[in-house]
Amino acid sequence: MTLLEVSLRAASVLAAFLVLPLLVGQAEHKVMAHMQGRLGPMYAGGFHGWAQLVADGVKFVQKEDITPRAADRWVFRLAPGVALVPYLLALAVIPVHPGVAAVDVPGSLVLVLAATSVGALGTLMAGWASANKYALLGGLRAAAQLVSYELPIVLAVASIALAGSSLSLATLTDRWSPWWMLWQLPGALVFLVAACAELQRPPFDMPVADAELVMGAWTEYTGLRFAFFLLAEYAGIVVMSLLFATLWLGGWHGPFPDELGWLWTLGKGLVVAVVVIWVRVAWPRLREDQLQRLAWVWLVPIALGQLLLTGAGVVMGW
Amino acid sequence: MSLLPGILKGLATTARTALRPTHTAEYPDVAPDLPPRSRGVIALLEENCTSCMLCARECPDWCIYIDSHKETIPATTEGGRDRQRNVLDRFAIDFSLCMYCGICIEVCPFDALHWSPQFEYAEVDILDLLHEKERLGGWMASVPPPPALDEKSAEPAEVAAANKPARGTGLVGGGSPGGPGARMPRTVRPRPAGARGATPPVPEPEPPADGDAS
Repeated sequence: MTLLEVSLRAASVLAAFLVLPLLVGQAEHKVMAHMQGRLGPMYAGGFHGWAQLVADGVKFVQKEDITPRAADRWVFRLAPGVALVPYLLALAVIPVHPGVAAVDVPGSLVLVLAATSVGALGTLMAGWASANKYALLGGLRAAAQLVSYELPIVLAVASIALAGSSLSLATLTDRWSPWWMLWQLPGALVFLVAACAELQRPPFDMPVADAELVMGAWTEYTGLRFAFFLLAEYAGIVVMSLLFATLWLGGWHGPFPDELGWLWTLGKGLVVAVVVIWVRVAWPRLREDQLQRLAWVWLVPIALGQLLLTGAGVVMGW
Repeated sequence: MSLLPGILKGLATTARTALRPTHTAEYPDVAPDLPPRSRGVIALLEENCTSCMLCARECPDWCIYIDSHKETIPATTEGGRDRQRNVLDRFAIDFSLCMYCGICIEVCPFDALHWSPQFEYAEVDILDLLHEKERLGGWMASVPPPPALDEKSAEPAEVAAANKPARGTGLVGGGSPGGPGARMPRTVRPRPAGARGATPPVPEPEPPADGDAS
């Protein structure tokens, strides 16, 4: 791999990392508005407010970057980066087209899972370093949520890895068959719910519950650093949606996979992202204890059952 | 699992709303469809104002300013009396104080004040919200004609008054027995003899000509 190719791949991943979250964000603006009988942004950029998030970005850049005097300066300043960069890493290894991923590593599934867990660490750092009780509570809630929901995610993904007998996302997608959509359905649902919780999205947004905790771990952040947290949230949706699309919905599988594979992957990812947005609009926030109960009483047993089912299927040679 | 139907219902409701037309009215581009009698701004028809000050007195937050002076109109006929009339010098409403209760409009006996649905008169400086009579008069152009009366509603007071026959013609009520010029018989209210507080049965010193029938 030449230096040129490496830089080209890096640049394309960065471009996707900067464009796709904005696309999801804009989709959220519009879908949410229409689900509530509104129009959403209509002015920025002229056509149906397509440039609203660009305008928001410009606004965030202009704002003062404040670090509270009592804050743990380095941790406080580093936290947005810790929240954001892992998703860039995760996005790099997700295959979008047959044989095409920015970085093709053998254990890419493990890498994606590891990277997304580090992302939640950024929220924890922010909450701890802010020297603010709301931020601290938000950070602790985020930590509790992370511990509870990592497990169902890993178990659900492990079931797929077992079914495809690989830890490489590209290989798993290659071995995907439509039959998986039924066979792995419980695991898919568990993953979807747990991914929403991992991203701290409504109805699982207790760490940033604005009615209780102001803005949770993000309370003390302003300007660009706050924008990085928002970007990390939407980058997280992109990563989780693409992961779901490649593992459970077959990524590039569809008519003309060799020509339109990338389009299939992105289209399926977008559908999943819209579902994530839809869930946010339709459902109210869970209580903290309900959140833990959902994870340990429902998701973990279902994921374990799915793992058992997959194991049996693999041994029986279904 | 009893949760599940409610959860699905939430998804269905939001999806259904998303597929329907939105309710948003894009205000600056599309003029709002205001109902009649919208309380936008108060318009002044200066010719009708007699500087009677009723509006300024009734205004709950004293936001109406009226200055006037008297002018003497010389007698038009020889040996006649000079007449005086009020001339309005200043009429101003401070819309930074006005609470849009509409009491001034209700109380005006000469219909000099009217509601206009025009509402786009925000100002950068709060002092500019004091509208003098020229500006208040300018709002008259935006006052809509009064909406039609509802079906089966009573006819307006002035119409009823105009339709009422002149006193003494005696055309109403199938002709009075007393001939032309006689009044309609009054309702005689029986008065208990020993009622407390009633007029004593002593004959009144000077009973009026045709009042107090009992």
